[in-house]
Amino acid sequence: MSFLELKDLRIHFPTDDGLVKSVDGLSFSLERGKTLGIVGESGSGKSVTSLGILGLHKGGRARISGEIWLDGEELVSASAEHVRTLRGKKMAMIFQDPLSSMHPFYTVGQQIVEAYRIHNDVSKKVARKHAIDLLGRVGIPQPDRRVDSYPHEFSGGMRQRAMIAMALSCDPELLIADEPTTALDVTVQAQILDLMRDLQRDFNAALIIITHDLGVVAELSDDILVMYGGKCIEYGTTEDIFERPEHPYTWGLLGSMPRLDREPTERLLPIKGSPPSLINVPSGCAFHPRCAFEDRTEGRAKTEVPELLETEGGHLVRCHMPRDLRRAIWENEIKPNLEAAS
Amino acid sequence: MTRRSLVVATLSGALLLGVAACGGGSTSTSPSGGSTGEAAAPAAADAFNAGIGKVFNPSDKKGGVIKFAISDDFDSVDPADTYYGFAWDFLRVYGRSLVTYKPAPGQEGNQVVPDLAESLGQASDDNKTWTYKLRTGVKFEDGTPVKSADVKYAVLRSLDKKTFPNGPTYFNDWLDLPKDFVSVYKTPDVKTDSAIETPDDQTIVFHLKKGYAGFDNFAALPGTIPVPQAKDTGVKYREHVVATGPYMFKSAEAGKGYSLVRNPNWDQATDQIRKALPDGYEIEAKANADDLDNRLISGDVQVDLAGTGVQPAALSRVLGDPALKARSDNPTAARTWYWSIIGDVKPLDNLDCRKAIQFAADKVALQTAYNGPFAGGDIATSLMPPSIAGHQDFNLYPAGADNHGDVAKAKEALTACGQPNGFAINAAYRADRPKEKQAGEALQQALARVGIKLTLKGYPAGDYFALYAGKPSFNKENNIGLAANGWGADWNDGFGFLSQIVDSRTIREAGNYNMSVKDPAVDALIDKAMTTADATARNGVWAEVDKKVMEDSYVLPAVWAKALTVRGKGLTNVFVNDAYGLYDYLALGVQ
Amino acid sequence: MVTYLIRRLIGAVVMLAVVSMVTFSIFFVVPRWAGATPVDMATRYVGRTASAEMAQVAAQRLGFLDPVIVQYGRWVKAIFVGADYDYGAGVEHCSAPCFGYSFLSRLPVWPDMLDRLPVTASLAIGAAVIWLIAGVATGVLSALKRGSFFDRAAMSVALAGVSLPIFFTGLVSLVVFSYGNPFRVTAPGSTYTPFEQNPATWAYNLLLPWITLAFLYAAGYARLTRAGMLETMGEDYIRTARAKGLPERSVVVRHGLRAALTPIITIFGLDFGLLLGGAVLTESTFSLPGIGKYAIDAIIANDLPKVMGVTMLAAFFVVFASLIVDLLYAVVDPRVRLS
Repeated sequence: MSFLELKDLRIHFPTDDGLVKSVDGLSFSLERGKTLGIVGESGSGKSVTSLGILGLHKGGRARISGEIWLDGEELVSASAEHVRTLRGKKMAMIFQDPLSSMHPFYTVGQQIVEAYRIHNDVSKKVARKHAIDLLGRVGIPQPDRRVDSYPHEFSGGMRQRAMIAMALSCDPELLIADEPTTALDVTVQAQILDLMRDLQRDFNAALIIITHDLGVVAELSDDILVMYGGKCIEYGTTEDIFERPEHPYTWGLLGSMPRLDREPTERLLPIKGSPPSLINVPSGCAFHPRCAFEDRTEGRAKTEVPELLETEGGHLVRCHMPRDLRRAIWENEIKPNLEAAS
Repeated sequence: MTRRSLVVATLSGALLLGVAACGGGSTSTSPSGGSTGEAAAPAAADAFNAGIGKVFNPSDKKGGVIKFAISDDFDSVDPADTYYGFAWDFLRVYGRSLVTYKPAPGQEGNQVVPDLAESLGQASDDNKTWTYKLRTGVKFEDGTPVKSADVKYAVLRSLDKKTFPNGPTYFNDWLDLPKDFVSVYKTPDVKTDSAIETPDDQTIVFHLKKGYAGFDNFAALPGTIPVPQAKDTGVKYREHVVATGPYMFKSAEAGKGYSLVRNPNWDQATDQIRKALPDGYEIEAKANADDLDNRLISGDVQVDLAGTGVQPAALSRVLGDPALKARSDNPTAARTWYWSIIGDVKPLDNLDCRKAIQFAADKVALQTAYNGPFAGGDIATSLMPPSIAGHQDFNLYPAGADNHGDVAKAKEALTACGQPNGFAINAAYRADRPKEKQAGEALQQALARVGIKLTLKGYPAGDYFALYAGKPSFNKENNIGLAANGWGADWNDGFGFLSQIVDSRTIREAGNYNMSVKDPAVDALIDKAMTTADATARNGVWAEVDKKVMEDSYVLPAVWAKALTVRGKGLTNVFVNDAYGLYDYLALGVQ
Repeated sequence: MVTYLIRRLIGAVVMLAVVSMVTFSIFFVVPRWAGATPVDMATRYVGRTASAEMAQVAAQRLGFLDPVIVQYGRWVKAIFVGADYDYGAGVEHCSAPCFGYSFLSRLPVWPDMLDRLPVTASLAIGAAVIWLIAGVATGVLSALKRGSFFDRAAMSVALAGVSLPIFFTGLVSLVVFSYGNPFRVTAPGSTYTPFEQNPATWAYNLLLPWITLAFLYAAGYARLTRAGMLETMGEDYIRTARAKGLPERSVVVRHGLRAALTPIITIFGLDFGLLLGGAVLTESTFSLPGIGKYAIDAIIANDLPKVMGVTMLAAFFVVFASLIVDLLYAVVDPRVRLS
């Protein structure tokens, strides 16, 4: 069994308007030292998945089913209290927008110390020393001084580094980064991504990066999982996704990806339409209302839910179009356009 | 504010009640108090009005402390500076005036009896010189014997209205003072023997400017309670009044409370009217009025010092509960609630127009407005209330068979006055007195039946007389033809009740209590009363004054006031003294 | 920081001066516009059968005959250097700070107020402790159990609490818990015992006023806390705290409540300051001889120097409380820096 394994995870929220199926039958696995990128638009269920792994939906209104195995332990059926003791220690999370994610009334040091002392029975003094070390390690200059600063006194990039330091305080074996660079400008983004790569190597943790931007995971991930409407619609190695993508949605994501090697003046190719409602999911393939190739499925797209099938060597795709047709479309219609643009 | 002002209202209106000046009356010195209760039944049964006309729960048991409370406060506990009826009743426990009203139930309470003096005053033939002999052996609380000079000093200091603005002014008006006398503080060396002489330590002689046969009522005023000059601190004397009665102040904090304990230098042998039953008194000032009623009912407080009756909330509770009603009394007060009909305002300068108002008024609605028969009072048909000596029942303006007004007669009167379709005037009342507002509304409805349109105007009670209805020019400018009013007697004779409210010669620029009565014939009758030596004849003249005022129709009487009071739990010797219209505080004891 | 403080202190003094001028005008200038002469105004303070000459004398004694500006100047001067008052048998020096001399009780106002301040302070402090604890706890629980029976019941009671006037809740609670009740929980009104005399009796006698007053405020604070908690518990940093593995209690208290308390501290400071200036309704309902009772009695009796004194004292507490709140805010919320 892998270090982290999700089996048919479902997270549904009952609301006044109906049942919101935020995550609907998600399975994947991840080994120590490996990085998985989960990509999708907002509302695709990727953040709900990460919070679900951490057990943060427990005790709320969410209905959770399926299995989450972490290092041989099943977490869905485990008690909330047990999962809490794992949180922050065995698995940790880095959030988007560190300004709102850090408490404004406590110093950065206090917040790291707090995280450390929940799981380690040490004195405040020792914990503080540890916090300074961590801040130094994530590249914050003069950490012994900055440890007493408040989050609002940091710049955006520094704040994200502090956030990372806090997540790393207990040497987690699973690290989940939710849009870790979204709030940052481009050069800082690159620095943070470099930092995360270095740290992952040092810590040998399993890393999940959640993003709507394929560019972020291109360099960092071993595998990529593309989510749409609460389901995985394509899964494969980074090479699979970038070189041989087979799902029309993935093609759309690739087309709308800003790339450093492109001229910034060039137009991106956005995906038409908007993300699906999670209450009244479109019939058949959830993506069909936005799909340019819906007419090539002999009408099945509107009626039948496609299955996630292996196309080749662990590369999974959820699409009604035959494999050959998908490959032909990619090679003949999509790839040349993308290359022409570059 | 409204809730409280009710209390304030009744208080300031109530002021004083006093006694029957049965002229020079009886010289009885019978040992007092509940002398009528010799056949003392143990723990008397509760009954409505059990404290009126007789002694409830008579007892000679000593000890215990009586708890008083009041929603307002004393104007001052200094005898020279108080004008509240309850204060005149209460201060007898610590001060002894020359004479006082007999602590006895019913009519007997109206008798003036000697206290500090050995007997009532000896008048000269022209009633201008009055002589009193002091008892021997009376001492101040510090053991110093009381001398006639102390009484003289007390009366003289009370004349200083700059220092003591609250008290009555009878001595100022009647004593034959030298021109250059200002006050005991400013002109201490001016000889005052022309007004008061003290030929020896036990004798005091008063000289009046003109004769007055009822002088014993003056001698009963708190102003004659002796004050040792050495201890006089002017205004500050109220912080420690030196006692001559059986109790002295342990503490006196204006606005908070007072506590009195036994005075070791009081000697029962010198005192024939006091039994001095309790060991002391606690008085709490500025209590919440509704809270006070509830505590009175529950027994946490034994006496409502003001004695003006329970609040509307407790009233319905007491009347509705037979057990509670049996613990209550309904004494009459020497007080009338009425409306002045102001002849300065057209068309009320015409007698018939004024009469139209009398006939049109709904007397039952007015009584209801003033809180009904128990807490309000009896329907009044003239200004002078029945408890005043010489009162005669008459009704010049019968308000129909059911007392709801005589519309036909009112219309007749309007026609006679040349206003057959009625007229419009304004009516003033004290805005923070709900009863007066209700009465105004009752009048508004009743008068509308004959076309008299009344517009009600509320004014602040504190300035009602100084700035509004008590100011003739204001009434003229604002077309105020009717104004709510009320008056209580200083003591229970015509002089004590009427002299301040019907004499047109007292009317000044502002601050008038007499807002409407301007008739030379009335003034002449007042002068006649003052010079009539015989008490019965004199009382007859006052009754004539009352009648003349009603003939002139300057006053629309509403009710002769009554109050519903609750007898505190565990009290003995409870009875209402007619002189004050209150429980006699001198006689009370605890079981 | 120091310049900020100095600026605020100057502002506070100016504010107090303005309050004093406005109050003074209301009582001494406005009646004149309404046509009252100084002698008319003095008529209130003489006995009921006073002659015109006596009113004149009283007007003179009370200083009404001088121009208003002179009267105001005299009032201000007395605060700093004191004043002398003739009390008949002699002259009394009312030493600084002399906030006037009562027309009626003929006592200096300042010692009177100092005398009553402990009553109001006792009432305010006790009630504040109760309402802070009860209000905040109820608010937090309501927010955490939003939509539950507890939440609905607590918020209904809170609505009643903010709507029902003190003189109603006060009298009802007296009837239920005090009068004639053999198991009475507390003493009836107006039985204030100084703390230094007997702390147990002090608390026993004040229990009902405390609870009644606290009920009014607790209701507001519960609603406020609930709203604040609902907002902060949805914040990102609460999710972060949970992701750290913090126990829920710490999440709620250290992270949620800490942030939600900030606006409550502000309001608490002002409420408390206002209360020190006199809890008029509570004090009159329970006949407690505090500043509020003093004020209402003075207003009813038209005793203007007392009214002036109480107004100034209340204004002082409010201005001072708002200053403290502003300073405290910087301590509580590090994002606020005073410059």
